[in-house]
Amino acid sequence: MKLLTHNMLTSHVKGVTKGYPLLIKATEVKVNEVDFNPQFVSRMIPKLEWSALVQAADELGHRQDLPVELVPEYEKNEEFLKKVHRVLLEVEVIEGCLRCPESGREFPISRGIPNMLLNDDEV
Amino acid sequence: MKLKELESCLQQVDTFEEPKILLEQYPTSPHIAACMLYTIHNTFDDIEGKLVADLGCGCGVLSIGAAVLDAGLCIGFDIDDDALDIFKRNAEEFEMSNLDLIQCDLCSLEAEAYAKKFDTVIMNPPFGTKHNQGMDMKFLKAALTMAKTAVYSLHKTSTREHIQKKANDWGVKMEVVAELRYDLPASYKFHKKKSVDIQVDFLRFSTD
Repeated sequence: MKLLTHNMLTSHVKGVTKGYPLLIKATEVKVNEVDFNPQFVSRMIPKLEWSALVQAADELGHRQDLPVELVPEYEKNEEFLKKVHRVLLEVEVIEGCLRCPESGREFPISRGIPNMLLNDDEV
Repeated sequence: MKLKELESCLQQVDTFEEPKILLEQYPTSPHIAACMLYTIHNTFDDIEGKLVADLGCGCGVLSIGAAVLDAGLCIGFDIDDDALDIFKRNAEEFEMSNLDLIQCDLCSLEAEAYAKKFDTVIMNPPFGTKHNQGMDMKFLKAALTMAKTAVYSLHKTSTREHIQKKANDWGVKMEVVAELRYDLPASYKFHKKKSVDIQVDFLRFSTD
């Protein structure tokens, strides 16, 4: 599970009003090389909940010097985009779980795949 | 990359070992997958450098193809453990790093959470036969919520008029990109013929 993916995941358990962002408890994390495409990274940034990304990177111990706030004019800032690229696409959670911040319900991650399936009584 | 090369490449993708009838699991042939992806990429430029979703990805032939064509990231969505396992294996063998997976039920997916997040959605959804009535339209509705630019999907030609009406209701433009013959080899015990040709439409939906 990459952090770009994590940034979109929400808990929709019945009765939960804000199941976002999901807290990450990782037991295995990998960093893979992914080709850097600055335009792609730049276009993804407006779609992100930036604070959730920073929090997730922090939880995994991979935040490095990613800033709390977006830097202005990031589109032309290749150094900044490289940092974002690394955190969004190269850091992957292989084993662990995602925890709903409201209900505490845990969604397992195994072999890099988060399991967001709900039980019958949660739908 | 030429169409033939893409098709050759996708022939290496492993498919379902024991397909589940209730989920209407049928592999998308390398030929159909290659034709779809080649058009989406060359005619519409909706893959390279884009955020792509593959709904009902199964073993991943469409996603792997999108990754090979340099999607920024392609995320596959599927409900089935076994299919996702095979997808994972395929991704590892192809050594593609621009892929990710989510296990979820598209019927109870709150697509709003992903509203307009993806540039492109590609899919070969269940056709909605037997116990699965209406599944194709559920997938389509989710896809249209999630996509910013376009949804590419396969549907039985016999349902074209019905889908066109829905598209009009939803305020989206529908285009028949191509008519394909989906050759389904007998994969379930109840299949009497050796193989069956189903007329399918390769459709493009857009909101502009």
